[in-house]
Amino acid sequence: MAKTKSAKAAKIRNNIIVHTVLAILAIIWVFPVLWVVMTSFRAEKGSYVSTFFPQSFTFDNYIKLFTDTTVLNFPQMFMNTLIIAICSCILSSFYVLSASYCLSRVRFRMRKPYMNMAMVLGLFPGFMSMIAVYFILKAVGLSEGSMIRLALILCYSGSAALGFQIAKGFFDTTPYAVDEAALIDGCTRGQIFRKITLPLSKPIVIYTVLTAFIGPWVDFIFAKVICRANSDQYTVAIGLWKMLEKEYIDSWYTCFAAGAVIISIPIALLFLKLQKYYVDGMAGAVKG
Amino acid sequence: MKRKYAEGVSPYTCIGALQQGGTETRLSALVMGLGNILHKQYIKGAIFLLTEVAYIWFMVQYGFYNLKMLVSLGSVEQEEYWNEELQVYQYTQGDQSVLLLLYGIATIMITLIMFWIWRGTLKSAYQAECLSKEGRHVNTFIDDIRSLFDENIHRLLMTPPMFFITVLTILPLIFMICMAFTNYSRIGNHLVLFDWVGLENFAALFDSNSVLGSTFWSVLVWTLVWAVFATFTNYFFGMILAIVINRKETHAKGFWRFCFVLSSAVPQFVSLLIMRTMLQPEGAVNVLLRSLGLIAPDASLPFFTDPTWARVTVIVINIWVGVPYTLLQLTGVLKNIPGELYEAATVDGAGPVKTFIHITLPYMFYVTTPYLIAAFTGNVNNFNVIYLLSGGDPVTNLSSTAGDTDLLVTWLYKLTVDKQYYNVGAVVGILTFIILSIGALITYRHSKSYKEEGGF
Repeated sequence: MAKTKSAKAAKIRNNIIVHTVLAILAIIWVFPVLWVVMTSFRAEKGSYVSTFFPQSFTFDNYIKLFTDTTVLNFPQMFMNTLIIAICSCILSSFYVLSASYCLSRVRFRMRKPYMNMAMVLGLFPGFMSMIAVYFILKAVGLSEGSMIRLALILCYSGSAALGFQIAKGFFDTTPYAVDEAALIDGCTRGQIFRKITLPLSKPIVIYTVLTAFIGPWVDFIFAKVICRANSDQYTVAIGLWKMLEKEYIDSWYTCFAAGAVIISIPIALLFLKLQKYYVDGMAGAVKG
Repeated sequence: MKRKYAEGVSPYTCIGALQQGGTETRLSALVMGLGNILHKQYIKGAIFLLTEVAYIWFMVQYGFYNLKMLVSLGSVEQEEYWNEELQVYQYTQGDQSVLLLLYGIATIMITLIMFWIWRGTLKSAYQAECLSKEGRHVNTFIDDIRSLFDENIHRLLMTPPMFFITVLTILPLIFMICMAFTNYSRIGNHLVLFDWVGLENFAALFDSNSVLGSTFWSVLVWTLVWAVFATFTNYFFGMILAIVINRKETHAKGFWRFCFVLSSAVPQFVSLLIMRTMLQPEGAVNVLLRSLGLIAPDASLPFFTDPTWARVTVIVINIWVGVPYTLLQLTGVLKNIPGELYEAATVDGAGPVKTFIHITLPYMFYVTTPYLIAAFTGNVNNFNVIYLLSGGDPVTNLSSTAGDTDLLVTWLYKLTVDKQYYNVGAVVGILTFIILSIGALITYRHSKSYKEEGGF
């Protein structure tokens, strides 16, 4: 009796320790997120504050972000990013899904070489080719004015098909017997892809579409290299980064926080919704 | 090896066409599409023929010139002269080595693709000949189109992505690799006209007596240290966290997971920029520490100003950034560990630490090797975390081009974008690639999940 009691006590003690540690860690992880939300409602300007919590709250930062277009035109950046995101989302989803389907279901001669090539290309520093991409875009006349948008769409979607692993892992786990049955019934491969594989793989289709859509919102360095000084073509990410530069930080810091909150909310919602697919896709990919 | 041949093998080979093909097939090697036209595949043949004409036109117009200029990379300097009529200075069109290099490489790639198409047309002509000799059905153009949606669907679906990968990934990479063998750099004013210099840049970088050489070695060492720490701290921390949250006795599992995932839901560059501003000398963290009385009112912790502090800071913040992802990814994998293993271990009297070391870890290492390699590669090339957090600062050695937290990638960025030492930047990129590929290829190819890939 005494033994079970002490075991129970030990269990409770362990539980308390575990939960306390988890609580402390959770605070560390949530704290910066909370802080940026607080900053976005802060009435005092400037990046350096003497108090940790804001003295007074206001909604002005959000209003300024969408109305003050003289220095940093956030609404336009928002529209630029939206257009780029929609177009590149359509293109790269198509590329990724079709490449994954072929690699998973069709046994063609270039299959293994393609997969090896994707792996080798993945080992190069991604940034290395960026400068060269800029030269190429310049040579074909896509580096000036509104052509930059097209250039960014092509760049974001262009190499998407190298990231086929998760979708392919998913297709690999869907039973091939269904395909065979359809082939016997006289389906073409194209019909199987459209009418069987895609509907059966809804989670991975949603996952691919949404990750492709998020890409342009969170990419910063590629857009910066390609946009250079064309401030009317900036995407949201460059805009936010600009707001933290020395000449803007004092008047724009709280607006930066507001902008960060605005683009984080939809992405966070998508991500929280999608994490299940993320976990499943990952588990499928690791299993091979 | 056996399966390699079994995948998509065709009896109509290129060599077969040249050795056993009829006159029309052999002539197709010169006049592409001839064989197809003679065997009533008019449209297909015409397309082949048009491709050949287009290629020849391109080569005569631009191609041969491009190839010729690729050797010398141009030598005509841009010159300024006085235009009497307009009363202004004007410039003569000089050679631009970058463009010449780019066009030259593009021409070579077009030629290689053309060679590949040429082989395809030969095979196609041979196939048409064989089939019509045997009296079997020769595909009409409609049949061919239809096959693109059926057994040849990979041609239809893989061509557009492949095209863009070639133009926007492979071509730029080759272009950059070529730059490593030139003197394209601001040093010596070679930004417009430059020449091939062979392996000089590699020699300069390996020469540990020069500033560049010593910078390279110190950056390389720090990159490897960073990658090892960043990968394994995330891996273990994420794994332990996942185990603790998934423990039977832990309450409110969903809530804990939500807390951690919330921070990863914020775009990475946003959270990194927030972290950077929070850790400035006058940032939120120092303000908080001051108001709590942990440091003197006018003191601040040197998060990004002291080399050692900065290095530890980026690794710690990387834990903050990366652990939620690891948590998500490993949760699924951890659930796959067979429960009997744990039951058996508990019966044998093993505690939680022992089961972790003897069951969880070996299993996880075994299953997640590809994941670990990918994470390691990602960390060596982790541009965002370093560039957005510390920007490579602090710079203690003013003569060098890299700061104390600069990785090879961020150094590459500084060399190319800020300093315009394109050639040295390219060498750094190539070396990064070599370092990564040696390790990754060997481990990856020996991992179980790669070998067993395939087989439905």
